[in-house]
Amino acid sequence: MNKLVKNERVMMILIPVISAILGLIAGAVIMLLGGYDPMLGYQSLFDGMFGTPKAIGETIRAMTPLALAGIAVAFAYKTGLFNIGVEGQLLVGWLASVWVGYAFDLPAVIHIPLAVLAAAAAGAVWAFIPGFLKAKFHVHEVIVSIMMNYIALYTTSSLIRTYLYAGNEKSYDIKESASLASSFLAQLTNNSRLHYGILITIAAAVVMWFILNKTAKGFELRAVGFNQHASQYAGMNVGRNIVLSMAISGAFAGLAGAMEGLGTFQYMGTFTAFTGTGFDGIAVALLGANSAIGILLASFFFGGLQTAAPQMNFMTGVPSELIQIVIALIIFFVASSYLIRWVLGRAGKGGTK
Amino acid sequence: MNFLEVLAIIIPAALYSAAPLIFTALGGIFSERSGVVNIGLEGLMMFGAFTGIVSTLLLQDSLGAWAPWVAILIAAVVCAVFSLIHAVASITLKADQTVSGVALNFLAAGLSIFLIKKIFGKGQTDFIQFRIDKVTIPGLSDIPIIGKILFSNVPITSYIAIALAFAVWYIIYKTPFGLRLRSVGEHPMAADTMGIKVVRMRYIGVMISGMFAGIGGAVYATSIATNFAAGTIAGQGFLAIAAMIFGKWHPIGALGAAMFFGLAQSLSITGAQIPVIQDIPSVLLTIAPYVLTILALTGFVGRAEAPKALGVPYEKGRR
Repeated sequence: MNKLVKNERVMMILIPVISAILGLIAGAVIMLLGGYDPMLGYQSLFDGMFGTPKAIGETIRAMTPLALAGIAVAFAYKTGLFNIGVEGQLLVGWLASVWVGYAFDLPAVIHIPLAVLAAAAAGAVWAFIPGFLKAKFHVHEVIVSIMMNYIALYTTSSLIRTYLYAGNEKSYDIKESASLASSFLAQLTNNSRLHYGILITIAAAVVMWFILNKTAKGFELRAVGFNQHASQYAGMNVGRNIVLSMAISGAFAGLAGAMEGLGTFQYMGTFTAFTGTGFDGIAVALLGANSAIGILLASFFFGGLQTAAPQMNFMTGVPSELIQIVIALIIFFVASSYLIRWVLGRAGKGGTK
Repeated sequence: MNFLEVLAIIIPAALYSAAPLIFTALGGIFSERSGVVNIGLEGLMMFGAFTGIVSTLLLQDSLGAWAPWVAILIAAVVCAVFSLIHAVASITLKADQTVSGVALNFLAAGLSIFLIKKIFGKGQTDFIQFRIDKVTIPGLSDIPIIGKILFSNVPITSYIAIALAFAVWYIIYKTPFGLRLRSVGEHPMAADTMGIKVVRMRYIGVMISGMFAGIGGAVYATSIATNFAAGTIAGQGFLAIAAMIFGKWHPIGALGAAMFFGLAQSLSITGAQIPVIQDIPSVLLTIAPYVLTILALTGFVGRAEAPKALGVPYEKGRR
């Protein structure tokens, strides 16, 4: 057991798994205290996640923006930056994709990539600002990103109202030639809203893994994240790497917005509050231990929880906010992994006596 | 409309919107001066608003107009306890303080609506019958010119918040407690060597921030929103964080920044009545506080120095 605790690779898998289990147990306790039946609650939750082909389709649909948001957070994190601005980058990406999807008349082979790239570019520009301010003025990226979130929230809804307003608090629908919706995938999953965005998501996970682990630039980015001063001494341009890393992270976040704009909704609402996907991305990245595979698994799990929450509410009366509580607790457990390491270490010592 | 009439519309409205921000920003100063980042102020404010409304609804039949005041005190205590989650995770368990704060925001949002649905069977509460009302102070409001601008039609909580800012300034800069608090935020090693209990000071810092943010949230709920739902505190806590940073982690600076942000918030509502301002697109007024905070951080409004050990968990014996 002691060897286990010292083995970082094993801990990287063990901590998220234990945290998720602890989170679900805590959720069961809250259900009990609230006078609900936890067995029934979780039963209907898991049914809502995987019970029918449609449920599985909706779970995968919900996972796409979550995974991309998680990839954005993880990419920045691997290079020593905390991108809490994914929410704002997602919003500007969403708007950019909807604008390109609505304003142009193009064949689908050009229209879809153009709309997707516009979203990535918008996210990259939005993340460039905190990256640039960090590199140039040593301003902490967390606070600037949070402020950028609010600027994105109010600016996008104002732009929609002014230029794209279709009434009823939303923009015009995108043209069919820009849509990621797929009648094939929908039929396969009994009319869920599953769309081709999942392919983009998987590709993005591969791209993240490839950039970070297989390219010289990725090595440099991680080196800067690991030790800025040593990297500078080794002749790397720390500032430029910070800006680049934030921009790439923002591009992933922008793609998450395109998933909503071109895939699930086909329009953008004039939001007065955040979607929450950007913040969920932090949870996804943490639970996925910032690795590409881990993020896909974690986003599948959280996506399932979110789509199934209304069904759990309908079947057993448990308020769907329980899921938010469980996710929050899982973040606490992963972030406080010190506790899990300590307990496992103790258990290990007890066992060898 | 002459200039004084404009001021008589703007200033009371600004004071009114600023009070919750002042309380919460002052709380943030205690936490961050002790070296603990508190992104969780938004969640703490939300939980304060939740506690404030629920307590008022429970008490208003027996206490009448006093109910919201008692509710604010209850919110202060409840949120001080609630903030312990952030304190334990970020101080004792050495979690990343930003992540822990984000998790606290999540938890507060989920838990408050979960409980509202459990207690009331719907997603929002009823409106409270007694709110913290705007008052016109007899005597002072009769002073020519400033009386009408400063002393009429303002909630008492705004005056309390302003007085508190000066009290906090005294505590942080003129008392031994304040010196210790600042020292653990600047150089915990040195403070530890001098016999100051770093962990305890940081717990106190976070709990005071929870208490103040709880008051801020409850004041917002009982004077402005008057009920509680998911969107009640959308962004007020982050705005308070912005005020704290814009005010350079200084109580009087935060007071000024919070009043300015209060002004910006109220202008997007009252601005329609005022010449010149009514021609500015309201989105520019709405985003102004956030843009200004970024500019302040960048150094265009004077350099803002954060406490040096901010965000760094303290480990005994490690340099």
